[in-house]
Amino acid sequence: MANFSVKVNGKTVDLEVDGSTPMLWVLRDHLKLVGTKYGCGIAQCGACTVHLGDNAVRSCQLPISSVGEKEITTIEGLSENGDHPVQKAWLEIDVPQCGYCQAGQIMTASALLKSNPSPSDDEIEGAMNGNICRCGTYTRIKKAIKTAAAENTNA
Amino acid sequence: MTLVKTKIGRRSFIRTSALAGGGMMVGFSWLASCKMTPEEVNALPKEWFEINGFLKIGDNGKVTIMSPNPEIGQNVKTAMPMIVADELDVDWKDVIVEQAPLNLDIFQRQLAGGSQSIRAGWEGLRMAGATARKMLKQAAAKAWEVPIEEITTSNGVLYHKASNKSAGYGEMASAAVTVQSPDAAPESIEAPEEVELKEIKDFTIIGTDRLNVDGPDIVTGKPLFGLDVYEEGMLTAMIVHPPAFGKKYKSMNVDNVKSMPGIKDVFPITVYPEGVEKQWSDGGGIPELVAIVGESTWQCMQAKKALKVEWEGPSELESTASYGNDLDKLLEAPVTAARKDGDFNRAFKGAAKTIERTYSAPFLAHNTMEPMNFYAHVTDEKAILKGPIQTPEFLEKTVSAVLDMPLDKIDIGMTRMGGGFGRRLYGHFGVEAAVISKKAKAPIKLVYSREDDMTQGTYRPAYKVKFKAGLDEDNKLIAYYVKGVGTNDDLIFENRFPAGAVDNYLAEKTSLETKITTGAWRAPRSNFIAGAEQSFMDEVAELAGKDPIEFRLDLFDRAMKNPVGDPEKNDYDAERYAGVLKLVKEKSNWTNSGDKARGVSAYYCHNSYVAQVLHLTMDGNTPKVDKVWCAVDCGIVINPISAKNQIEGGIIDGIGHAMYSQMTFKDGVPEQQNFDNYRLIRNNEAPKEIESYFVDNGIDPTGLGEPSLPPIVGALANALYKATGQRHYSQPFNTEKQILG
Repeated sequence: MANFSVKVNGKTVDLEVDGSTPMLWVLRDHLKLVGTKYGCGIAQCGACTVHLGDNAVRSCQLPISSVGEKEITTIEGLSENGDHPVQKAWLEIDVPQCGYCQAGQIMTASALLKSNPSPSDDEIEGAMNGNICRCGTYTRIKKAIKTAAAENTNA
Repeated sequence: MTLVKTKIGRRSFIRTSALAGGGMMVGFSWLASCKMTPEEVNALPKEWFEINGFLKIGDNGKVTIMSPNPEIGQNVKTAMPMIVADELDVDWKDVIVEQAPLNLDIFQRQLAGGSQSIRAGWEGLRMAGATARKMLKQAAAKAWEVPIEEITTSNGVLYHKASNKSAGYGEMASAAVTVQSPDAAPESIEAPEEVELKEIKDFTIIGTDRLNVDGPDIVTGKPLFGLDVYEEGMLTAMIVHPPAFGKKYKSMNVDNVKSMPGIKDVFPITVYPEGVEKQWSDGGGIPELVAIVGESTWQCMQAKKALKVEWEGPSELESTASYGNDLDKLLEAPVTAARKDGDFNRAFKGAAKTIERTYSAPFLAHNTMEPMNFYAHVTDEKAILKGPIQTPEFLEKTVSAVLDMPLDKIDIGMTRMGGGFGRRLYGHFGVEAAVISKKAKAPIKLVYSREDDMTQGTYRPAYKVKFKAGLDEDNKLIAYYVKGVGTNDDLIFENRFPAGAVDNYLAEKTSLETKITTGAWRAPRSNFIAGAEQSFMDEVAELAGKDPIEFRLDLFDRAMKNPVGDPEKNDYDAERYAGVLKLVKEKSNWTNSGDKARGVSAYYCHNSYVAQVLHLTMDGNTPKVDKVWCAVDCGIVINPISAKNQIEGGIIDGIGHAMYSQMTFKDGVPEQQNFDNYRLIRNNEAPKEIESYFVDNGIDPTGLGEPSLPPIVGALANALYKATGQRHYSQPFNTEKQILG
């Protein structure tokens, strides 16, 4: 066990955990930020995606000891009122079915649009291929990303 | 005008009462269907009359509809209240949909949904809305001293046009509950015995796009799911199960594990003690497990890795190759016919052309994105459980038997489910959570790792099916044979198409008992037989030299005009079947598609009809699905935007599993344990475009959660054949003959 100080959603949090503990479990078990989901534990499904700085990362493979000064953003911190363009597009296109994977999908999509505001279909697929949706909402996910990208461009 | 009775005999589907603080409440039976004769009523399960849904209208006119059903992803939590709201004639923006709070006395039983929710709930939901509307009209008629027939409603407002009076529902809500029986005590207020339902043409909400009511909570990461349950003082529990099907717990060494950080206890558990009989809903629940209890999930995971458990069992265990051979043998073994029309053998021998094909599919895991989990807090006095479960009433019974605790001391709460696909019908994980909590003397949340979830069992069975067909000189289908076999399951619906359309028809089925446990998986049996049958039908049409759609339409024509055997036995409606095929033919412009790689398929299951055309192109060895056209007849469509989402999901799910997914076994050990070697369809493998069309026929609505999945496998295989010249007989297609990447 060791003491760590991490920045999550704009707040600095101090906690005592084993340094090997992945951020996924720090967020869920210790900080009760449960929007970040457990799906596979081996970075294959993307349900646990958060932002580390501006990058989408799989928090199940991100030990707390490796986070350092970098800011972590979770689905709870993506926007103040759930009105990030990607969240709005997700609602407009009515993407979710069971909804379990969608936080991870949204975090990957929002990081993509930050680095590439109007991605091509191939670029969208390339970025989103690491996120499994077992309900099969992929066509809507693509459509929602394009909708959010269009709003970005228009804004 | 359709009138429905709110009472059958002395039993009522409706209960009304005043709302504390002003307003009205109408309680109703969420899954009741009311078109019944008194004789049929006696055969109804009691819970059909149990009040478990509620509609409240406050003084401010806001309508709250409380649904007893947790959401599994089919979006019934939006669709079912839409039905109530339409009959109530209220503005959808004034409607708040709430999941019923847990453990309220008034919610006697929380029923689980499934593909039949809309079909079963349709009448009862309409009646609830219509009852409240009638009561409001009664109140307005009395207040304004005018006949009730002169009162109209629109968007939550009552009108009396002649006197130019109007009032919002909120203004009349308190009076509405007392008008029928002014002196009655609040608990014995009578509902009107007969209420009028809207005509289909007057629907204002049903048939319009309404966004998922839980959408805002989902996209902001609110705690909704079983895994999101964190109670005060709760510990985490994980299990270790036998590594191979057929093995059992023997012993373990806990010395190095009990001292690990955060670990509270490690112990073996007997989930199903002797004398407790498993119900169907316990699925492949494993009788003996090892439990680890600790402070956090990560600590439990570390302990799980370090723990050394000894297992014992027979040296001969099942492998994919062994049960594959056994299924082959069964396919040739004699069995009793499930249905026989004419004389297949004679007709087949005398046929001008014949064809025989065999198709197979592997075991599949459900792989809900949210792994199995359950919260339990068991004390001497009571057991409180909470989690993602479709069958709480069954779980309650097993927990009662296992804990030897009366049913009324057990409380099962339901959370939203991170996917189901059939897996959460089998609540053994809830029983395990209860047993662990009792032994640990603490509230615990049982969490399955992905590996636990994938290797636990309760799989879609492995199947094989053999078809034979014979054509006469005019290329007419005169003989048809189907024999299906599966692990712990037979496969054939003998009264489905093409039964009734072929003079000489023979259907046979049998099953192979295996230790690898199985359960219902999205569209059970249909998920395989549809694709196999529709691939075979494509080859038969080709042999006959006919267009595959025309070939099928001819058969439906036969089933309609001159059915073989007793037409009552056929469990499909040939006209509706043909209807979706014609619709998809038109929408996909099938006739003019030329040499394009397109495949067609049609299937009926869960009371709905689906026909699909799939178009693909090959990128080297990789098929790219450019477009799918889908025609659906599910009767009245409640919420088109969400109905289309279900259809798209079923199509993507069906393509994915047929192309890429399988569970294989070596000496009882599952060879796939996580998503690194169990391949699920990914974003770039989904169709680029899916267009869905509905038959508009005003028939009462039927299910949509499953019916689009089964046929797409046939459309995919048939399109692949057009693109590559290669037929596909064995799923997953990507491993077959190494032609697909």
